[in-house]
Amino acid sequence: MSNLVMNADGHGHDHGHDEHHDSGGTTVFGFWLYLMTDCVLFASIFAAYAVLANNYAGGPSGHDIFELPYVLGETAFLLLSSITYGFAMLALFKGKKSQVLGWLFITFLFGLGFIVMEVNEFHKLISEGFGPQRSGFLSGFFTLIGTHGLHVTSGLIWMAIMMYQVWKKGLTPTNTTRLSCLSLFWHFLDVVWICVFTVVYLMGTL
Amino acid sequence: MANHDAHSDAGHGSVKSYVIGFVLSIILTAIPFGLVMFPSLSKAATLWLVLIFAVVQIVVHLVYFLHLDRSPAQRNNVTALCFAALVIVLLVGLSLWIMFSIHTAMMAH
Repeated sequence: MSNLVMNADGHGHDHGHDEHHDSGGTTVFGFWLYLMTDCVLFASIFAAYAVLANNYAGGPSGHDIFELPYVLGETAFLLLSSITYGFAMLALFKGKKSQVLGWLFITFLFGLGFIVMEVNEFHKLISEGFGPQRSGFLSGFFTLIGTHGLHVTSGLIWMAIMMYQVWKKGLTPTNTTRLSCLSLFWHFLDVVWICVFTVVYLMGTL
Repeated sequence: MANHDAHSDAGHGSVKSYVIGFVLSIILTAIPFGLVMFPSLSKAATLWLVLIFAVVQIVVHLVYFLHLDRSPAQRNNVTALCFAALVIVLLVGLSLWIMFSIHTAMMAH
Protein backbone atom coordinates (compact mmCIF):
# COMPACT_ATOMS: atom_id res chain seq x y z
CA MET A 1 0.00 0.00 0.00
CA SER A 2 2.80 2.43 0.82
CA ASN A 3 4.96 1.01 -1.94
CA LEU A 4 4.51 4.00 -4.21
CA VAL A 5 5.73 6.25 -1.44
CA MET A 6 8.71 3.99 -0.87
CA ASN A 7 9.64 4.01 -4.54
CA ALA A 8 9.36 7.78 -4.78
CA ASP A 9 12.20 8.38 -2.33
CA GLY A 10 13.87 5.00 -2.73
CA HIS A 11 16.75 6.12 -5.01
CA GLY A 12 19.31 4.99 -2.47
CA HIS A 13 18.15 1.39 -2.72
CA ASP A 14 19.59 -1.15 -5.09
CA HIS A 15 17.56 -2.17 -8.09
CA GLY A 16 16.47 -5.61 -6.96
CA HIS A 17 14.98 -4.12 -3.82
CA ASP A 18 12.92 -1.59 -5.75
CA GLU A 19 11.73 -4.13 -8.25
CA HIS A 20 10.63 -6.46 -5.54
CA HIS A 21 8.50 -3.83 -3.80
CA ASP A 22 7.02 -2.82 -7.10
CA SER A 23 5.80 -6.33 -7.85
CA GLY A 24 4.50 -6.70 -4.27
CA GLY A 25 2.49 -3.51 -4.68
CA THR A 26 1.10 -4.70 -8.00
CA THR A 27 0.07 -7.99 -6.42
CA VAL A 28 -1.73 -6.23 -3.57
CA PHE A 29 -3.44 -3.87 -6.03
CA GLY A 30 -4.48 -6.86 -8.18
CA PHE A 31 -5.91 -8.50 -5.09
CA TRP A 32 -7.82 -5.30 -4.30
CA LEU A 33 -9.33 -5.45 -7.82
CA TYR A 34 -10.37 -9.07 -7.15
CA LEU A 35 -12.08 -7.89 -3.95
CA MET A 36 -13.99 -5.29 -5.96
CA THR A 37 -15.32 -8.06 -8.22
CA ASP A 38 -16.21 -9.98 -5.07
CA CYS A 39 -18.23 -6.92 -4.05
CA VAL A 40 -20.25 -7.38 -7.25
CA LEU A 41 -20.85 -11.05 -6.36
CA PHE A 42 -22.16 -10.05 -2.94
CA ALA A 43 -24.21 -7.22 -4.46
CA SER A 44 -25.97 -9.74 -6.75
CA ILE A 45 -26.75 -12.03 -3.82
CA PHE A 46 -27.97 -9.07 -1.74
CA ALA A 47 -30.25 -8.05 -4.63
CA ALA A 48 -31.61 -11.61 -4.85
CA TYR A 49 -32.16 -11.68 -1.10
CA ALA A 50 -33.93 -8.31 -1.13
CA VAL A 51 -36.28 -9.52 -3.87
CA LEU A 52 -37.05 -12.80 -2.03
CA ALA A 53 -37.08 -11.39 1.51
CA ASN A 54 -40.88 -11.22 1.77
CA ASN A 55 -41.66 -14.58 0.17
CA TYR A 56 -42.31 -16.58 3.36
CA ALA A 57 -44.53 -19.25 1.72
CA GLY A 58 -46.28 -19.72 5.06
CA GLY A 59 -42.91 -20.32 6.76
CA PRO A 60 -41.20 -18.19 9.37
CA SER A 61 -40.24 -14.54 8.85
CA GLY A 62 -37.00 -12.95 10.02
CA HIS A 63 -38.86 -11.70 13.07
CA ASP A 64 -39.61 -15.31 14.10
CA ILE A 65 -36.13 -16.85 13.68
CA PHE A 66 -33.52 -14.12 14.23
CA GLU A 67 -31.95 -13.78 17.67
CA LEU A 68 -30.27 -10.39 17.76
CA PRO A 69 -28.14 -10.97 20.90
CA TYR A 70 -26.67 -14.04 19.15
CA VAL A 71 -25.96 -12.00 16.00
CA LEU A 72 -24.36 -9.33 18.17
CA GLY A 73 -22.03 -12.06 19.50
CA GLU A 74 -21.05 -13.09 15.96
CA THR A 75 -20.47 -9.43 15.07
CA ALA A 76 -18.25 -9.00 18.13
CA PHE A 77 -16.11 -12.00 17.11
CA LEU A 78 -15.63 -10.65 13.61
CA LEU A 79 -14.87 -7.11 14.77
CA LEU A 80 -12.36 -8.36 17.37
CA SER A 81 -10.69 -10.48 14.69
CA SER A 82 -10.38 -7.38 12.51
CA ILE A 83 -8.44 -5.39 15.11
CA THR A 84 -6.23 -8.36 16.07
CA TYR A 85 -5.35 -8.86 12.39
CA GLY A 86 -4.48 -5.16 12.31
CA PHE A 87 -2.08 -5.75 15.23
CA ALA A 88 -0.55 -8.69 13.33
CA MET A 89 0.12 -6.31 10.41
CA LEU A 90 1.70 -3.74 12.74
CA ALA A 91 3.95 -6.45 14.20
CA LEU A 92 4.79 -7.54 10.63
CA PHE A 93 6.04 -4.09 9.68
CA LYS A 94 8.09 -3.96 12.88
CA GLY A 95 9.64 -7.30 11.86
CA LYS A 96 8.52 -9.17 15.00
CA LYS A 97 7.86 -12.72 13.88
CA SER A 98 6.61 -14.22 17.15
CA GLN A 99 4.15 -11.33 17.64
CA VAL A 100 2.86 -11.79 14.09
CA LEU A 101 2.27 -15.48 14.79
CA GLY A 102 0.59 -14.70 18.12
CA TRP A 103 -1.83 -12.12 16.68
CA LEU A 104 -2.59 -14.34 13.67
CA PHE A 105 -3.44 -17.18 16.03
CA ILE A 106 -5.78 -14.97 18.10
CA THR A 107 -7.38 -13.71 14.88
CA PHE A 108 -7.82 -17.30 13.76
CA LEU A 109 -9.58 -18.21 17.03
CA PHE A 110 -11.99 -15.23 16.76
CA GLY A 111 -12.73 -16.11 13.12
CA LEU A 112 -13.27 -19.74 14.10
CA GLY A 113 -15.63 -18.62 16.89
CA PHE A 114 -17.65 -16.71 14.29
CA ILE A 115 -17.90 -19.73 11.98
CA VAL A 116 -18.82 -22.09 14.83
CA MET A 117 -21.63 -19.72 15.87
CA GLU A 118 -22.86 -19.47 12.28
CA VAL A 119 -22.80 -23.23 11.69
CA ASN A 120 -24.66 -23.67 14.97
CA GLU A 121 -27.31 -21.15 13.82
CA PHE A 122 -27.69 -22.99 10.49
CA HIS A 123 -27.92 -26.34 12.26
CA LYS A 124 -30.62 -25.07 14.60
CA LEU A 125 -32.70 -23.61 11.74
CA ILE A 126 -32.44 -26.72 9.59
CA SER A 127 -33.27 -29.08 12.47
CA GLU A 128 -36.40 -27.01 13.15
CA GLY A 129 -37.43 -27.55 9.52
CA PHE A 130 -36.45 -24.04 8.41
CA GLY A 131 -33.84 -25.08 5.82
CA PRO A 132 -33.17 -23.28 2.53
CA GLN A 133 -35.91 -25.29 0.77
CA ARG A 134 -38.63 -24.00 3.12
CA SER A 135 -39.27 -20.62 1.44
CA GLY A 136 -37.81 -18.05 -0.93
CA PHE A 137 -36.82 -15.94 2.05
CA LEU A 138 -34.87 -18.83 3.62
CA SER A 139 -33.21 -19.72 0.28
CA GLY A 140 -31.97 -16.14 -0.02
CA PHE A 141 -30.94 -16.10 3.64
CA PHE A 142 -28.90 -19.31 3.46
CA THR A 143 -27.26 -18.29 0.15
CA LEU A 144 -26.21 -14.88 1.44
CA ILE A 145 -25.04 -15.90 4.91
CA GLY A 146 -23.53 -19.11 3.51
CA THR A 147 -21.50 -17.27 0.87
CA HIS A 148 -20.12 -14.92 3.50
CA GLY A 149 -19.40 -17.89 5.79
CA LEU A 150 -17.55 -19.70 2.99
CA HIS A 151 -15.43 -16.60 2.44
CA VAL A 152 -14.56 -16.45 6.14
CA THR A 153 -13.75 -20.18 6.08
CA SER A 154 -11.37 -19.73 3.13
CA GLY A 155 -9.83 -16.80 5.01
CA LEU A 156 -9.25 -19.10 8.00
CA ILE A 157 -7.61 -21.78 5.82
CA TRP A 158 -5.44 -19.09 4.23
CA MET A 159 -4.54 -17.78 7.69
CA ALA A 160 -3.53 -21.25 8.90
CA ILE A 161 -1.30 -21.64 5.82
CA MET A 162 0.25 -18.20 6.44
CA MET A 163 0.98 -19.09 10.08
CA TYR A 164 2.83 -22.19 8.86
CA GLN A 165 4.74 -20.22 6.22
CA VAL A 166 5.71 -17.42 8.61
CA TRP A 167 6.77 -20.00 11.20
CA LYS A 168 8.85 -21.93 8.63
CA LYS A 169 10.29 -19.14 6.46
CA GLY A 170 9.94 -16.01 8.55
CA LEU A 171 8.79 -12.55 7.47
CA THR A 172 10.06 -12.75 3.89
CA PRO A 173 8.96 -10.21 1.25
CA THR A 174 6.70 -12.87 -0.31
CA ASN A 175 5.03 -13.57 3.02
CA THR A 176 4.65 -9.83 3.62
CA THR A 177 2.80 -9.47 0.30
CA ARG A 178 0.60 -12.47 1.09
CA LEU A 179 -0.22 -11.21 4.57
CA SER A 180 -1.10 -7.79 3.07
CA CYS A 181 -3.55 -9.47 0.67
CA LEU A 182 -5.07 -11.52 3.49
CA SER A 183 -5.39 -8.31 5.52
CA LEU A 184 -7.48 -6.73 2.75
CA PHE A 185 -9.54 -9.92 2.44
CA TRP A 186 -10.22 -10.15 6.17
CA HIS A 187 -11.19 -6.49 6.65
CA PHE A 188 -13.29 -6.66 3.47
CA LEU A 189 -15.29 -9.57 4.94
CA ASP A 190 -15.98 -7.47 8.01
CA VAL A 191 -17.35 -4.69 5.75
CA VAL A 192 -19.62 -7.24 4.01
CA TRP A 193 -20.79 -8.42 7.44
CA ILE A 194 -21.89 -4.85 8.30
CA CYS A 195 -24.19 -5.00 5.25
CA VAL A 196 -25.37 -8.49 6.26
CA PHE A 197 -26.35 -7.66 9.83
CA THR A 198 -27.97 -4.41 8.72
CA VAL A 199 -29.96 -5.69 5.74
CA VAL A 200 -30.73 -9.24 6.91
CA TYR A 201 -30.87 -9.26 10.69
CA LEU A 202 -31.76 -5.69 11.71
CA MET A 203 -34.10 -4.86 8.84
CA GLY A 204 -35.53 -8.40 9.01
CA THR A 205 -36.38 -8.03 12.68
CA LEU A 206 -37.86 -4.53 12.35
CA MET B 1 14.41 -1.81 7.89
CA ALA B 2 14.54 1.69 9.37
CA ASN B 3 13.06 2.99 6.14
CA HIS B 4 10.31 0.43 6.48
CA ASP B 5 9.45 1.65 9.97
CA ALA B 6 9.36 5.28 8.91
CA HIS B 7 6.72 4.54 6.33
CA SER B 8 4.70 1.98 8.20
CA ASP B 9 2.70 4.62 10.06
CA ALA B 10 1.52 6.30 6.89
CA GLY B 11 0.43 3.30 4.83
CA HIS B 12 -0.40 0.65 7.42
CA GLY B 13 -1.95 2.56 10.28
CA SER B 14 -0.84 2.50 13.90
CA VAL B 15 -2.12 1.01 17.14
CA LYS B 16 -3.92 4.30 17.70
CA SER B 17 -5.73 4.29 14.33
CA TYR B 18 -6.79 0.64 14.77
CA VAL B 19 -8.11 1.33 18.27
CA ILE B 20 -9.99 4.44 17.06
CA GLY B 21 -11.56 2.37 14.25
CA PHE B 22 -12.42 -0.42 16.68
CA VAL B 23 -14.07 1.86 19.25
CA LEU B 24 -16.03 3.73 16.54
CA SER B 25 -17.18 0.38 15.10
CA ILE B 26 -18.41 -0.80 18.51
CA ILE B 27 -20.43 2.39 18.95
CA LEU B 28 -21.76 2.27 15.37
CA THR B 29 -22.80 -1.39 15.88
CA ALA B 30 -24.27 -1.04 19.38
CA ILE B 31 -26.59 1.88 18.51
CA PRO B 32 -28.44 0.25 15.55
CA PHE B 33 -28.75 -3.07 17.45
CA GLY B 34 -30.10 -1.15 20.45
CA LEU B 35 -32.59 0.72 18.26
CA VAL B 36 -33.99 -2.55 16.87
CA MET B 37 -33.84 -4.62 20.09
CA PHE B 38 -35.46 -1.92 22.22
CA PRO B 39 -37.80 -0.14 19.78
CA SER B 40 -38.40 3.44 20.80
CA LEU B 41 -38.73 5.25 17.46
CA SER B 42 -41.10 4.80 14.55
CA LYS B 43 -40.32 1.97 12.11
CA ALA B 44 -39.36 4.35 9.28
CA ALA B 45 -37.06 6.42 11.50
CA THR B 46 -35.37 3.27 12.87
CA LEU B 47 -34.90 1.94 9.32
CA TRP B 48 -33.21 5.12 8.12
CA LEU B 49 -31.02 5.40 11.21
CA VAL B 50 -29.91 1.75 10.90
CA LEU B 51 -28.98 2.32 7.24
CA ILE B 52 -27.11 5.55 8.03
CA PHE B 53 -25.14 3.88 10.84
CA ALA B 54 -24.20 1.05 8.45
CA VAL B 55 -22.89 3.48 5.81
CA VAL B 56 -20.90 5.42 8.43
CA GLN B 57 -19.42 2.22 9.82
CA ILE B 58 -18.41 1.07 6.33
CA VAL B 59 -16.57 4.37 5.86
CA VAL B 60 -14.89 3.92 9.27
CA HIS B 61 -13.70 0.45 8.24
CA LEU B 62 -12.42 1.70 4.87
CA VAL B 63 -10.45 4.51 6.52
CA TYR B 64 -9.15 2.90 9.73
CA PHE B 65 -8.81 -0.79 8.75
CA LEU B 66 -8.30 -0.72 4.97
CA HIS B 67 -6.34 2.57 5.15
CA LEU B 68 -7.96 4.24 2.17
CA ASP B 69 -7.33 7.98 1.99
CA ARG B 70 -6.77 10.73 -0.56
CA SER B 71 -3.00 10.22 -0.85
CA PRO B 72 -1.58 9.58 -4.35
CA ALA B 73 -0.52 6.08 -3.24
CA GLN B 74 -4.16 5.17 -2.68
CA ARG B 75 -5.60 6.78 -5.80
CA ASN B 76 -5.90 3.56 -7.83
CA ASN B 77 -7.49 1.70 -4.92
CA VAL B 78 -10.02 4.46 -4.34
CA THR B 79 -10.83 4.71 -8.06
CA ALA B 80 -11.46 0.96 -8.22
CA LEU B 81 -13.65 1.18 -5.12
CA CYS B 82 -15.70 4.07 -6.55
CA PHE B 83 -16.26 2.12 -9.75
CA ALA B 84 -17.31 -0.96 -7.76
CA ALA B 85 -19.67 1.23 -5.72
CA LEU B 86 -21.25 2.52 -8.94
CA VAL B 87 -21.71 -1.06 -10.23
CA ILE B 88 -23.24 -2.12 -6.90
CA VAL B 89 -25.69 0.81 -6.85
CA LEU B 90 -26.77 0.08 -10.43
CA LEU B 91 -26.95 -3.68 -9.88
CA VAL B 92 -28.91 -3.61 -6.63
CA GLY B 93 -30.93 -0.47 -7.35
CA LEU B 94 -32.06 -1.42 -10.85
CA SER B 95 -32.77 -5.07 -9.89
CA LEU B 96 -35.02 -3.97 -7.05
CA TRP B 97 -36.69 -1.33 -9.24
CA ILE B 98 -37.49 -3.92 -11.92
CA MET B 99 -38.59 -6.65 -9.52
CA PHE B 100 -40.84 -4.42 -7.43
CA SER B 101 -42.34 -2.88 -10.59
CA ILE B 102 -43.15 -6.41 -11.75
CA HIS B 103 -44.61 -7.17 -8.34
CA THR B 104 -46.85 -4.09 -8.48
CA ALA B 105 -47.89 -4.89 -12.07
CA MET B 106 -48.79 -8.45 -11.07
CA MET B 107 -50.86 -7.22 -8.15
CA ALA B 108 -52.83 -4.93 -10.46
CA HIS B 109 -54.12 -7.91 -12.45
